[in-house]
Order: sequence, then C-alpha cells, then structure tokens
Amino acid sequence: MPKNPDIKKVMVIGSGPIVIGQAAEFDYAGTQACRSLKEEGIEVVLVNSNPATIMTDRDIADKVYIEPLTVKVLEKIIQMEKPDSILPTLGGQAALNLAMELDESGFLGRNGARLIGTTSQTIKKAEDRLEFKNTMEKINEPCASSMVVENVEDGIDFANEIGYPVVLRPAYTLGGSGGGIADTQQELMDILSNGLRLSRVGQVLVERCIAGWKEIEYEVIRDSKGSCITVCNMENLDPVGVHTGDSIVVAPSQTLSDKEYQMLRTSALNIINELAIEGGCNVQYALHPTSFEYCVIEVNPRVSRSSALASKATGYPIAKVAAKIALGYTLDEIENAITGKTFASFEPALDYCVVKIPRLPFDKFIHAKRTLTTQMKATGEVMSICTNFEGALMKALRSLEQNVDSLMSYGYKDLSYDELLEELALVDDRRIFVIAEAVRRKMDYETINDITKIDPWFIDKIAILVEMEQALNSKPLTPELLAEAKRIEFPDTVIAKLTGKTAEFVKKMRMDNNIVAVFKIVDTCAAEFEAETPYYYSCFGSQNEAMPSAGKKKVLILGSGPIRIGQGIEFDYCSVHCTWAFKNEGYETIIVNNNPETVSTDFDIADKLYFEPLTPEDVENIVNIEKPDGAVVQFGGQTAIKLTKSLMEMGVPILGTKAEDVDAAEDRELFDAILEQCEIPRPEGKTVYTSQEAVAVARGLGYPVLVRPSYVLGGQGMQIAFSDEEIIEYIDNVNLITQEHPILVDKYMMGKEVEVDAVCDGEDILIPGVMEHIERAGIHSGDSISVYPTVTISDAVTEIIVDYTRRLAKALHVKGLINIQFIVSGEKVYVIEVNPRSSRTVPYISKVTGLPIVQIAAKVILGDTIKGLGYTPGLHPSNDYYAIKMPVFSFEKLRGADISLGPEMKSTGECLGIAKTFEEALYKAFLGAGVDLPKNKKVIITVNDADKKDAVSVGRRFEALGYEIYATRRTAQVLKENGVNAIKVNKLNQESPTVLDLLLSHQIDLVIDTPTQGRDKTRDGFIIRRTSIETGVTCLTSLDTANALLTSLESDAKENLTPIDIASII
Amino acid sequence: MKAFLILEDGTVFTGTSIGSQKEVISEIVFNTSMTGYPEVLTDPSYAGQAVVMTYPLIGNYGVCFEDMESDRPWPDGFIVRELSRRPSNFRSDISIQDFLEKYEIPGISGIDTRALTKILREKGTMIGMITTNEKFDMEEVKEKLKTYSSKGVIEKVSRKSKTVLEGGKHKVALYDFGTKKNIANSLHKRGCEVTVYPAFTSAEEIICSNPDGIMLSNGPGDPKDCTSIIEEIKKLYNTDIPIFAICLGHQLMALATGADTLKMKYGHRGANHPVKDLATGKVYISTQNHGYMVDEKTIDQDIAQVKFINVNDGTVEGLQFKDKNIFTVQFHPEACAGPQDTELLFDEFIKMMEDKKNA
Repeated sequence: MPKNPDIKKVMVIGSGPIVIGQAAEFDYAGTQACRSLKEEGIEVVLVNSNPATIMTDRDIADKVYIEPLTVKVLEKIIQMEKPDSILPTLGGQAALNLAMELDESGFLGRNGARLIGTTSQTIKKAEDRLEFKNTMEKINEPCASSMVVENVEDGIDFANEIGYPVVLRPAYTLGGSGGGIADTQQELMDILSNGLRLSRVGQVLVERCIAGWKEIEYEVIRDSKGSCITVCNMENLDPVGVHTGDSIVVAPSQTLSDKEYQMLRTSALNIINELAIEGGCNVQYALHPTSFEYCVIEVNPRVSRSSALASKATGYPIAKVAAKIALGYTLDEIENAITGKTFASFEPALDYCVVKIPRLPFDKFIHAKRTLTTQMKATGEVMSICTNFEGALMKALRSLEQNVDSLMSYGYKDLSYDELLEELALVDDRRIFVIAEAVRRKMDYETINDITKIDPWFIDKIAILVEMEQALNSKPLTPELLAEAKRIEFPDTVIAKLTGKTAEFVKKMRMDNNIVAVFKIVDTCAAEFEAETPYYYSCFGSQNEAMPSAGKKKVLILGSGPIRIGQGIEFDYCSVHCTWAFKNEGYETIIVNNNPETVSTDFDIADKLYFEPLTPEDVENIVNIEKPDGAVVQFGGQTAIKLTKSLMEMGVPILGTKAEDVDAAEDRELFDAILEQCEIPRPEGKTVYTSQEAVAVARGLGYPVLVRPSYVLGGQGMQIAFSDEEIIEYIDNVNLITQEHPILVDKYMMGKEVEVDAVCDGEDILIPGVMEHIERAGIHSGDSISVYPTVTISDAVTEIIVDYTRRLAKALHVKGLINIQFIVSGEKVYVIEVNPRSSRTVPYISKVTGLPIVQIAAKVILGDTIKGLGYTPGLHPSNDYYAIKMPVFSFEKLRGADISLGPEMKSTGECLGIAKTFEEALYKAFLGAGVDLPKNKKVIITVNDADKKDAVSVGRRFEALGYEIYATRRTAQVLKENGVNAIKVNKLNQESPTVLDLLLSHQIDLVIDTPTQGRDKTRDGFIIRRTSIETGVTCLTSLDTANALLTSLESDAKENLTPIDIASII
Repeated sequence: MKAFLILEDGTVFTGTSIGSQKEVISEIVFNTSMTGYPEVLTDPSYAGQAVVMTYPLIGNYGVCFEDMESDRPWPDGFIVRELSRRPSNFRSDISIQDFLEKYEIPGISGIDTRALTKILREKGTMIGMITTNEKFDMEEVKEKLKTYSSKGVIEKVSRKSKTVLEGGKHKVALYDFGTKKNIANSLHKRGCEVTVYPAFTSAEEIICSNPDGIMLSNGPGDPKDCTSIIEEIKKLYNTDIPIFAICLGHQLMALATGADTLKMKYGHRGANHPVKDLATGKVYISTQNHGYMVDEKTIDQDIAQVKFINVNDGTVEGLQFKDKNIFTVQFHPEACAGPQDTELLFDEFIKMMEDKKNA
C-alpha cells in the first residue's frame, strides 16, 4: 500500500529528559523517524523537553517545541499547530502514555488529529496489566501467574496456589523498593506487609517466580497488511531476574535450538498480530532452561532500547521503517538502505556475534547497592561486534571505559573458596569476573551454573578466555598463540602483561607475522547481497573488506562512548553535528564509536562507521586502514580527548586546539602559569600526590577546601572537605582506583557560578551566551539549574567574563570550542575550570540562541574565521527569551544512593524551560523535570545548621502559598521563632509518629532536606531523603533550588503557559 | 589436523579438519540460517552439496536426534567458521563433532566463511574439494573437480520401500524425492494418514491407492535430470486428485506442465526469505533451499499462475494451477529449520481435500 495521502503534518512526541531506563535510544529513534518523515515530504512538529537531543534540532523537524511533556502542554501545541496525525511510538513509555490520554479524552478527535503507528486500544492491551493478561490468555500465550493483593492473607492464599518462590512488587513505589522474592510464607509475610505500607495505593503484585530462566527477546515489526518479520532475537547472559537493560546481552541467541527459536518467534508474531501493531514491537520471554515451557514477560508496543540495540546489531533501521509503516507503506515497499537490493521484509541474517554490556553508575554512586534486579540501573551501554563471542565480550569490556580490559580486571584472588561461592551468588555487575575466578580455580561448570543459572555455554566461553590468560602466562609466545589470543580479542597491553613483554614488542611481533585487525561489513544479509553502506567491525584472522576511498580528504571523528553520568547525550549531539559540518565542507567523515543507543552510530550519519572500542589500539587499527588526514577530538567528551596523545603518536594530525594546549588547561602548573600571564584570578590551590601534602595545603588555605583528581569529567571524585580526616579518607579512596594524575586541592569559595561556551578562531571569540547557575558554587555545574541570559550578573561582571574568556581562549590557542566556569563573588570573577572542548551546555545554548555553535566551530577548525563567517566577535546579543536548563535525576532507580547534591555530578539528564519571562521559564523547567505542585500542599523542611537562617524565608514563602509546614525539632524551633507556623515532627529515633511515618502517609508534596556534612548513611537525613525518593516525593537538597521553585510557584505564569517554537528563534 | 577447501577458481582456504578426514568433491553452497544446523545437515536436499554456514558459531546446542529431518546427514561436506567445543542444551544428544564423525562427513572449520560466501555470491556456486592432503597438486585437483556430478542423488536419498504414518481422516500419498520428516509430520498432526512412497513409484500405484491428496516432496539435484519422475507427475496432473508440491516437487510439476527451470547463480538457502502472496499482498518469511527455479517466462498462463514471488529478486515462489486442485511452492512451509509462518499452506491443502470430498 503506498503512502496515505491524508497524512501531511505529523506531531512526533519525544521521551523527555534522560533518566535511567529511558535514554539516548529515543533520540536515535526519534531522529531517524523524523528524517524519514521529512524524506516523504511530511511536515514534522516535534515536542520534547530535552534540549540535549538531536531530534530537537531545527534541521530535523520543521517546528520544534522544547516544552514540558504534559497533556495540557501537548493540547496547546496541537491547537496551535493543527497536525493531522500524532506519532507516539518513538518516545518511549512517556510518549505512549501521553498519546493514550490525548486520544481517550476525545481531544484528538475533536481537533481533527489521530494516532498513527498505534491505537489507544493497542497501547492499553499491552500496558494495562489486566488487559494484557486477558489478551495473552485469549491467544494462548502463557504469562507468569500473578495477582494484585491488598492484604497479607490474600497474598498467602495466592502464593499457596502458585507455589513458592514468589516475586512481590509493590504498586507505585520506585526503584523496586519494598519488593523482593519470598521463598517461604514467613518471608512473604515480612516483605508483603512492608510493601503494602510503602505502596501509595496499598497494593502489591504477587507473581510466580521465574528467576533463573533464560531471558530471550524478539524485535518484531509489522505493517498494515499484517506482514511481519523479526528483526533480531537476543539472549541475555544474565537469566531472568536481572533487568534486560542491566544484562549482558548477545545477539543472536546462542543456546537456543531452532525448535526453541521458532517457538518463541511464532509466539512473538502471534502477539504482534493480536495487538495489531503497525510498527515495531519488543517481546520479552522467560524460557525454562530444561523444557519448552515459556512465559511472556513483557511486550513493548513501540521502539525501545532493545530495538535500538537490534537496529545497530543487524543494520536494520527499525525506527525508520516503523515511521514509513505509520505513513501507510508496507514492508515489501520499503527499500533496505544497506543493501539497496533487498526490502524491509527481508529478515536480517547475522554472520557475526554481538555483545552488549550495560554501563552501570556504581563508580559514581559508590554507596549504592550494586545488586542487579528487575529495576534497571544502567545509564548507558556499549555494544561490540566480532566473529566470535569471546572476542565480542572482550571488545565490549574495554569499551566501557571503566579501567577494565580483561576478565582479570577485578581481583578475587584473595577470596577463600567459600567466599568465592558467596560472591558467585551475588547478582551484580562483576559477576562474570567472579565466574572467571571460579573457572581459574577449576570449579566445575555445573556448580557455577547451579549458583548463577548462567548457561554453561557462556561459562565455557569465559573459560576459553581464562585458558588463554593461563597460556599466555605460562607458554612461550609463539605466532600461533598470539594469533589465537588476537582472534579472541586480547588487547596487546594485556598480552604484554601476561607474557612479561612490552606492548610494543607484542605489536611488532604481530606486524612481523601479519596478525592484523581486518574489518568486515554489517550488511543485514550475511553477505548474501552486496552491501552499499560501509558499517564496519573488526576481527582477526580474516580477509579485509574495508576499502579506503580515494579523492576526498578524510576526517576521523571520535565519539563519546557509553552514556554515563557526566558524559551524556550532549556529546553525541556535538559529534553528529561535527560530522555533518565536515561533510558539508567536502570531507569524507569516519565515525568511531561503540554506543548502540546513539544517533552517531546510525549507519547513515557519517560516510563510514566503525563500531569499535575507543582505545588506542582499536583506533590505530582503523587509522592503519583509513589513513585519515586528521582527527577531531574536541566533540567526543573526555573519551575522545583521552585519545589525543595516541593519535598524535600514530601520526594523525589533531584538527583544532592542539594537544599541548589541552594539556595546558588540565595540568595545574601550566594552567596556573597561563592564568598568571592573562592576569586572571582563580581560587587558591595546589597540586598534591599524597594525603600528607593535601592536609598541609588544606590547612594553609583554610577549610573548607575542594579536592579532586585532575583529568576528570562530571566532577568525578570531587569533594568538599571540612577537616583533615575528610581529606585523608578522600585521598585513600582515590588511590584505591589507579591514580596516574595528581590531585588538586583548592580553596572552596561560596559564590555564584557562571558558565560560558565560546568558539575561538585563534584571534576572535564568539560567545553565544552567558549562563548563570541558580545554586551556589559547590554543586556541580551539571546538577545546577542554569539560566540564560543571566539574571543577577551586572553588565560590568559580564564584561569581565567576556574579557577573561577571550584572554584564556587566545592564551590556550583554542581553535574550536572552549567551556569556562567562573565564580562570581561580589563584583570579582574567578576562573574555576577551563575545558578546551565541547561541553554539556553546547546543545542547549545553541538551540536557545539559534547559533549553530558546533558547525561554526567545525568551520573554524578548518580555517574559517568568526568574522569571515559573518558573525560579530564577542558576546552574541541575547534574544527575548529566558531559557532554563533543569537537571533531572534518576535516584529512585539507585537504591542506597545519596541524593544530596555536591561537587560530584549525579544527574542523568536535563530538560528545558523557555519563555518570555523568567518565572514562566522556571515553572516550565520544573514541570518538565516532573515537579508538578501542589497536590496536598504539605511540605517537610529539615535543614542543617548553616542553612537554618535561610530556611526562614523559604518557610515564610511556602506559608504564604498556603502550605502546611512540617519540620524537625531544631528547624521547627527556628521557623517558629521567626513567625513561621511550623508543625514539629519527631526524628527517626524518637517516638512515633516520626517524619518517616509522615512520609509514608503519602500526603507530602515536597521534602526540603539540606544534608549535614559527611557521607554517613545512617544519618536521619539520608533515610528521609531516600524514603521520599522511593515513595515518589520530590526532595530538594539546596535552599537555592527551593527558592527557585517558590519563585515559579508564586508566579501566575503557570496558569497560561505559552509553547514556543524554537525553530523560529533567530 | 589441517584441512583445505579448494575451489574450482583456484581459491584455497586453509582451516582445521572436522568430522571425517576423507577427501570429498562437491558443489559448495552457503546457508544463512542462524539456527537449525542439525536440520540443515539432515535435509536430503543437500545431498551432492557441501554446505557453508554463514553464521560463524555452529554446534552451540549440539545435535538432538529428534530434530533430524531424515535418518542421517546428507551433505558431502560441512564448512564452518567455528565449532562450539561444548554444546549446551537440555535436549542435546551428541556434539556436532561426534555427529559428523559418526556419519563420516568431512568438513573444515576456522576459515573466513564470509569471504567464501562473497566468492560464491560473486562467481556463483562452485565445485570444490575438501582435503587434508597438505601436498595437493592444484592442477590435479582442478581435473578432479570436473568429475563432479549430482546425477543419481534422488536414488540415493529416497526410501527403498513405502512407509505409513497411520491414522487420520485424509489419506495422503507423499512422494519421497528426499523428503524432510516434517512434511509428513505436518500432515499427520493435521489428521492425515500419510503413506510415503519411494521416488520411483509409478503414478498408477499411487492413483490406485485412491489417496485424498498427493504431496510432492523436496529433494536434491537438477530437476531436469528427473525425466522418468516427470512423466509420472504428468499422469498425476491429469487426475483430479488434489496435489500440493514443495521445492523440487514444485519444479517437477512445472516441468511436467510445460514450463522450464533454470539454475540460479547461487540459489536461496536460508530461513529469512520474504515471499509475497500475490492474492493478499501479505509477505511471509520462509525457509528456502534451492539452486534451481521455475522460469517465469515459460509458464503458460492457461495452465498455472504465479501465486507467490520472492520479494528480494521477484523470482517465482509458488504456482496455482488453473482449474485444478493443485498448488506448488518453491519454499518450505514445513520449516525445520526456519520460521513456521507458512505452515497454514498445509491447512489449505487439507481444505482442498475436504472440498473435493464434499463436492
């Protein structure tokens, strides 16, 4: 069926801020779909609150609204834009829920719009627990038996019926809190009663436990004629019990016979047909390891993280095809862009093995529980491709950038056998390393399988890697052994370590024996047809297919690897725009990246895509084949910057700011010299290596001081120390992780934090705008609310900032982007950080100022000047809008993580509020971040001593808004003394009702809790903050944030929000 | 032990010997299925061929005897990138290594199967030799390769005497040209009594058994070599007994009714081929295994019309015979290995038999 001619203007709903469980994959899907719609001549209206995305670019959609994703806002935009169709299947769960509400209320019908790609009936059938169960029963597809109970007795009855163990999941609690697995009736009673109390609606789901079964997924796609195919199936190395987002996943499945494979495939097709989905769908199964019994775990009637993974694993662009199907095309009419010969109705066949490993944030949240459960915790993931599983696993491990290069990277040598058994039973992110240790000790596969339920096939693969470690360690390094080690992707550095040789020796021996990496094409068809799209992966012992093209100049663009806290989707935005800019300048563009969720790894972004780890050796393999004319590192975050030196050693010129200048900004002494030369002040501080030195420096400066390692992003490992003890503890902690770089100790200054991004052509600078942070210095810039243009900064200070920026950019010989953070104390300006590269704020400031900063930077890198490009150097005049970037956190997903903000970044994403007034922009920003008050008009205030005075005005303002204020003893006392009516509540160790009971009454809108110093997890504050997060109550840990929230609540802007098409901002 | 795969164009792949170490000359074909290597190995249509699996990890779940599509494996050789050293599946009866050895099938592992596939794709299916003789002489090998012939493969794979799957209300006569077990099973589980006849059974014998329907099976080799069988099929065509034919059966029915068949460059072998039902426009994913196809230009529109086409290359995938209770498909509705999407064609066949009875 050809395109439906009635579809002319489509509204695409995005997924909002990046949170754990809803990340970059939706930017990838949305961007691909929008491009696909525009290709068909459709006018696209895009709505998403996330300014860091590529989909919210004016070249991706015709109209772009970076607005809070609420029904009201969407209704307004629909009335303004009058789209004839809404495409909601690309924005994750968030978009589906909104679409269903819009449709079911009759709003769409009344406004001449309809859903395409799905219907509200379909969404309901897949999402509503009961309807889903009924639908599956109707088509005889088994689900794990379950029942919602409201009291313990019903739970016991049901558990007796289905048999123990049972899984308990409280309704409406976040992060899986209050849930668990009960093996006995006593355990059931304990968990269930607690779960019922934690649940806002007093309900707990009791479910048959299928933990330990194989977890298998199918990505299915269906068109309006009912034709459907499976794009890919995937097998989780981690059995059921670990969220698939936190599991190591392999594609295609490895341990399923054709009978099992086809049984589940047929089931997936039955389900998508019954749900009548027109587009993509993901079905997750639990398959009993020793029978044909299976259960449908979940169906996602939309694109998902798994579909992004499947798209990258196979080369089949699911989102693009889904968009075309939504327009009315059928699978046999949609050409396969990779082969140009086959159609979307051809099921991909793989001739390689794909491994995905999640990127977990436990390096950021060292106190969070590492246990992996059905609640996802990963912030991102890496994918790798190889012709064998062992190699794909090794490549994926080193792609994580977590100081892991082999299965020996975490030491379990010192554990006793019994301790090892205990460690094996622990389901966390280091389990495969524990298995490797067990294999080293000759533990048999059966024992390991008994404990972990991981299929022996995977255990054997781990054993093959361990055997290679032992061979390298004990046998002479022959060319044969080396070739075999490389076949399963041991890096030269690891081979060197194991053989006692140097990496250079290993490399030379490889070259002498022609053991070199070659590149193969991902072509969707296992070489059955010729591929036109150069999408490559490397392997050893094979023939090379990557042919360097002649003619054009070539640029290598290093991507930013997995999404992690501190290095998010913003850097993918920059990498993609840089690629497009170089393409426009006539370059052949070559991207190297390993993140399957991103736009940059879509096969049609760069001229060539290498899906590879971002380590020197892996990049060198590509350089050897492609011989690029230059490499760009300043857009790929710290990941790319770290490769600068190695690239230079390979003889690849670095385009833009030179490596030595990057070093100068990071090296304390060099940087101090530059500051001195520029006559720019910075907070006093020194570089140290040991705790004794640190204590001495800190005493000299006077506490508090800021301590941090150099060469970090996202403030990782940064802390404010108030005493000698805290410093010593800190240094010891840092030294646990290998510390090649020194530690910086600075005087901590309380002041306003201001940030600029600028382009410098070596002579002139262009600053799109100056951003002011709401929270005072001490809270990481990525976690602060950022306001553009500044509100409280005087013109004189702004001038100083512009002047300092110019001086620094010139002194550092910046060619391209630079990001500088300042502290403004009174009228004095200090520099606290300089990054001669793109930053987190680049997409946001580009969008709200209308200046294509990355493109300008790319042109400047290639020799254009700011003046030559038609821009006036200096600070770009601000427009009529206030644009506020609001951080968004995922604390509810990370049990045990302290939510209080500090110098170490904790947010996972951001949203934007843009409006004509500051108050409206602020309100939109809070709304976009999910802070939607009031509900019950009740607030709990409990602050540390330093904040008590400032808490008075906060309390007064809430009182004026009609809030009932609860406060712990001392806070209440101070409030009362100052005429604020506060109700005193007991602390946790006092008699009931305590503040915790109050929270569990589910009546509180907001908790303001400013933390006392130190990271003591037993403190009341920690427990209060965690409980509020886990029961879904907004919790603020800075009075600055609270005041900003008050400003937004006090204004009447919220009554009449005006959506703004940012594509119209000049 | 080292093994070599030598192609007629002189290309040599060096790998490790698997299975039997005997030397073999065969037609080298590739299969893109990611699962189902035991079914592929035991599919009699591969007689006279050596199969390259494009999926690199083979043997992961061993071989389960109940998955075998016939009593033994048939390919002359088996070519893989990597054999799993440890099968893992609750039904696994034997490792792939032991299976190949047991049936004396030679093979080679550790070669770049993708490079080999690309050669076959570019140059077309080729004859090749698998040998463990390190001192082979290329010219001698090339001469030997010329002796390859696929003639007589049906005699080799077809059963010697008829067998019966009892029970059921419809009596189906299944011609075994190298049938996969699941054809009979698919009919049997739908309530048919299936009598399987050797390939060289006369049409008269079949007709005299008074079946409700006749099924023509898949099988190996060049359909045009089957001159005597084609004569028998002509006789069957002239009865009014419902007939359903698969793969070789489809080609033979086309030849019996005046159409021609062609050898394809490298054929269709895999579990991912889209076929479109021209009546409904619906596309199904099918299992395929054929190196010959019916030439669309030679089909007499008054005799048969194209029922299915391959979405990738537009080739004929099925025929509906005019004014006859006959339809044929090039692909494999019995799947094994592969998707079960077109299983419903067996239901269609049964309905055809029912309608005939009720008429």
